This record gives sequence, C-alpha cells and structure tokens, in this order.
Amino acid sequence: MAKIVGSITTSHVPAIGGAIAKKLQEDPYWKPFFDGFPPIREWLAKVKPDVAVIVYNDHGLNFFLDKQPTFAIGAAPEYRNADEGWGIPVVPSFAGDLDLSWHLINCLIADEFDIVTCQEMSVDHAFTLPMALLWPDQKWPVRTVPVCVNTVQFPLPTAQRCYKLGQSIGRAIQSFDRDSRVLIIGTGGLSHQLEGKRAGFINKQFDLQFMDSLISNPTWATQFSDLDLVEQAGTQGVELLNWLVARACLTGRASLKHSNFHIPISNTAAATMLIENHG
Amino acid sequence: MNFSKSKRQISGTTVFDGDAARKGYALNKMCYSFNEQANREEFLRDEDAYCAKFGLNEQQRAAIAHRNVLELLEAGGNAYYLAKFGGIFGLDMQDIGAQQTGVTKDEFKAKLVAAGR
Repeated sequence: MAKIVGSITTSHVPAIGGAIAKKLQEDPYWKPFFDGFPPIREWLAKVKPDVAVIVYNDHGLNFFLDKQPTFAIGAAPEYRNADEGWGIPVVPSFAGDLDLSWHLINCLIADEFDIVTCQEMSVDHAFTLPMALLWPDQKWPVRTVPVCVNTVQFPLPTAQRCYKLGQSIGRAIQSFDRDSRVLIIGTGGLSHQLEGKRAGFINKQFDLQFMDSLISNPTWATQFSDLDLVEQAGTQGVELLNWLVARACLTGRASLKHSNFHIPISNTAAATMLIENHG
Repeated sequence: MNFSKSKRQISGTTVFDGDAARKGYALNKMCYSFNEQANREEFLRDEDAYCAKFGLNEQQRAAIAHRNVLELLEAGGNAYYLAKFGGIFGLDMQDIGAQQTGVTKDEFKAKLVAAGR
C-alpha cells in the first residue's frame, strides 16, 4: 500500500529560477534562502520517495481566465514547463503517474470534490522551482501528480475547503493499492503583495504564526476567509492555501523535521518546512 | 448570501474578483499571449496593431502606453498577467513595486529588508 512520507512546503518566487541559473546559491542575498535546503535533501536521500503530489497554483501558463478551475488535477503522462513571459530557464519535463492521478480523481469525486481533470498540462514556476530546489541536478527521481489550486481569481476556495481537500487526498493516497512512498509538496507564499499602493507588504508575525500552526494546530488557518488572508498575508500571500492543502494530506502524526524563514527574497517572505508523517 | 452588498476594502489593495475579471478580460488576454516569444516580438513591432487585435478599450490602451501599473490595475489587469507584460521590458518585481508606491527601487528594496526585522 502507498505511504505518505511527509510534506515539504516552500516559496516559489520566479527569481529563484534566475538565481539557480546564475549559480547564486552562495551569494549573500540568496544564501539564507538556499541554506534551507541541504537538510531537506539529506532527508529525501534517506526516505527516497518515488512519487510527489505537488499542490501549487498556476500563474497563467496552463490556465487562462477563459477557464479558471478552482481545483484541477493532472492526469498526463508528462508535464512540461514553458516560457512564462520573462525567459526564465526551462527545466526538463516531469514524468506523470497516471495510475495515482486517476486513483485520486476517482476518490476525490466520490468524496464530492468536483475537480477538473487535465490530460495535457503545462506546469509553471510554482511547480518547477520547488522541484529544482529539492533535486538540483534536475534528474527527477519521482513521478509527479500536479494538484492546482486557484489563487488567481477571487473568490478563492475557502481555507476550510482547502483543508478538506488535503484530507481527502491523504485518504485517497492511503487507499492506493501500490507500494509507493508518496511525498506531498506545497508551494507558494508566504506573505507578499505584488500590486497596488500596498505593494511590498510583508507580515512576518502572521507568517510565523501560520508556520507554527501547521504543527501545533493545523486547522488554525481555516478560520480565515480569502479576503482575511489578503489582509493578513497580501494578495499573493494567499498562496499559503497550497501549504494548507499539503499539510492536511498528512494522515498520521506530524512532526517538524526542518524549517527556514527569511525576508526578503524578491518581494516575498520566503519560507520552507519539512514535516514528517508517522503512521 | 448577498453578493451585491458593498465590497470590503483593503487599503492599497486591488482584489482580482469577478468585476475585475470582466473588466480586464481583453487586457489580461493580451498579457497571457506574452507567454510566447513570437507574440512579445509582434507587440514590440507594432504596439497599436497588437492592442487592437485584442480589443483593448481606451483606458486599457492608455495604461499600456503609459507603462503604468496602477493604471493597468484600474483597467482590470491581474498582477500575474501584468508581470508578463513587465517581462517584455525586463522589469522585475522591485521595479514594479517602486513604481506603484512612488519610491526609488533602492528605497523599495530597503522597505522589504526592514520587514524582516
């Protein structure tokens, strides 16, 4: 049977792609962020997941506003990155996991999550950069299943709904009849705001409380509406919903293995957490 | 639930809701096209023709001409799509943040650093 090994959540700022391409990992500006990853890579080398379910938001690469699903799941044999408008380097394609994709789709719909299914899907920096941070050689050792959450067009799915989605994904993975070690990845956030006169807004206190809550009281963030989250974490800080989905996937006892928090990377409070799932 | 009641205001913040999505559709569709290098080049070759092809209204056309982010937001632009427009000119998020908040790029970056203390 499949086992969920844990969740890794991290920011996915596009500039990280530029820093990787220019090999700036030791640069004083970037080092405090990249230093968050070696302990996570050591854990990955030990735990050896063979598939990753990646909860992220598309920023207008695969989905345009002509069709904006609230939740979408990839069911493609392969996922490719593409030029997103600013020429950030494109990474090698990712292998899909069709059996797990369709198992998730079947279970989620039976569980009353009416998700969109995608047999072709491009993946943007929110998917590719966390993968490149975890496996810098970009020889991906895992098959992948993308889970895309709308954080672009309001109203967003509620935090409560996102939590329930994660729980449903967790149950579905546990019932997957294949020996597999499944890693959950959640990407985006934490607090940042790109637009308006409040551009540059960062809320360190809220971010730290949110990170703490994922261990001490994981449903804490479900009290907030989408606009509450905008007020507290900024218009793009709402991407923390992806973290919440990822955390809720952990079906067993959750223990913090590693975390990192640094302000700023680009306009963002950059954060990383590794939570191990027991049982 | 009554969705027509007055909207909650968050200071200095534009929420990309249904009203903005309706208003900004043509503008965002044009910006979405900038995912393709060939389209970015076509825009640069003949900006007027490219904007006309997507049916931008006067407000949107003027905001594009002014390269003004606050005007683009007012015209229904979405930050993620506008970022693709900014990418044509090599602008990063600190350039865009500085322009919107009326400070220099260095001042904007200093403010971000200060948020970490």
